[in-house]
Amino acid sequence: MSAPSSGAAFLGIVRRDLRIAMRRRSEPLFTLGFFVVVTSLFPLGLGPEPELLRRIAPGVLWVAALLASMLALGRLFGADYEDGTLEQLALAPAPLVLTAGAKIVAHWLVSGLPLVLVSPLLALQYGLPGDVIAHLMLSLLIGTPVLSLIGAIAAALTIGVRGAGVLVALLALPLYVPALVFGAGAVDARLAGLSAAPNLALLGACLALAVLFAPLATAAAIRIALE
Amino acid sequence: MSNRVLHWFRYASPQTFYPLAGRLLPWFALLAALSGAAGLWIAFFVAPTDAQQGESYRIIFVHVPVSWMSMFLYLVMAGWAGLGLAFNTRLSAMMAHAIAPTGAMFAFLSLWTGALWGRPTWGAYWVWDARLTSELVLFFLYLGYMALHAAVDDPRRGDRAAAVLALVGAINVPIIYFSVQWWNTLHQGASVSMTRAPSMAATMLAGMLVMAFAFWMYSIAAALARVRAIMLEREAHMQWTHELQEAAP
Repeated sequence: MSAPSSGAAFLGIVRRDLRIAMRRRSEPLFTLGFFVVVTSLFPLGLGPEPELLRRIAPGVLWVAALLASMLALGRLFGADYEDGTLEQLALAPAPLVLTAGAKIVAHWLVSGLPLVLVSPLLALQYGLPGDVIAHLMLSLLIGTPVLSLIGAIAAALTIGVRGAGVLVALLALPLYVPALVFGAGAVDARLAGLSAAPNLALLGACLALAVLFAPLATAAAIRIALE
Repeated sequence: MSNRVLHWFRYASPQTFYPLAGRLLPWFALLAALSGAAGLWIAFFVAPTDAQQGESYRIIFVHVPVSWMSMFLYLVMAGWAGLGLAFNTRLSAMMAHAIAPTGAMFAFLSLWTGALWGRPTWGAYWVWDARLTSELVLFFLYLGYMALHAAVDDPRRGDRAAAVLALVGAINVPIIYFSVQWWNTLHQGASVSMTRAPSMAATMLAGMLVMAFAFWMYSIAAALARVRAIMLEREAHMQWTHELQEAAP
């Protein structure tokens, strides 16, 4: 039996992770539920003035998306490490960088993409106008992969570590700052009637950089955790 | 040339570095004390009173060098961490581990002195200024590094995991700084900015540079003292630490 090509291995891992997520459907839904509940709590705490809500909406939605995707990080490697699958994946002929990339892609499809898709509904709750909502979706579409990529590094570093859940937050949140600034900034700019293009371009630059470096760092961290 | 290379690598082993660190430590501590005294003397007695800010500006003689050191030490720490990851040398990782608390202390001091300076000058302890915010994020990065190292039971694995984090952080620090500056100009408009400060007197600059030198020497001394403790702790089972114990009276 010959070793499968890198592309086949990549797709295989993505498909496997998606299938596992579909069989345990409740867990990905937790993330989505968290996102919806947190954004609905802000108006309760701040009062229902439409003007205020509209102004804080970009920041609130982005911070909530950031926290939701951070909460999902525990699932990325945790179960695979516990049942030994991660070790087998590391021993497989496919390069570990590719494996890490595939797991991140699958993770984003399960926990990042739903946030993008549900965000227009939440934006309507905050009274954002239509074209701003489109920009919010666009910024989340570019931004949530950045969160998944950077978060994967933190998740891999804390594999099998005591108190990993809280530690992941401490490691990942400071690194999320640029994505939050550019993502919320794009929506803010659109809301103020300015062009969102500079912010979106910078967010895209973050994504390009993260795609390049994050799988490498994640693979290195997985190796360290497994030795 | 080859002789020289050999000479340098000789000190890559804890066994040979331990006595060297012990010999160097008092000198760096002495330099730190002397230049610190000189810097404070310039700060309090030589530097003129600022026309706009009065006497309260004198905290910059601590604040600015401390902020420089907090950023510089992160890079030094990441450099040692990278060396440790690349060459798998025990001592490099120990050095990175020894520098982290000093860097975190400087980052904290920078925030603290900044707050003390901001109250009389800006009228608030905290302003969401670009520099303050990125310094705060830097402080969080230090905390993350130390927390990760502390959370991993095996020190060697902790070294390597924390090293990856330090390198990721080092790539991120400029991006964070830039993004926060961008965010600041977008949200706040023209607030008080340190970049527009009037050009300062030569004695003020001299005082800051002397203080920066003092803190630099202090950092080396503190890192050496800490790395000596780490070496003893981690290599307690080795022959040379036992010999050290027997040699002591």
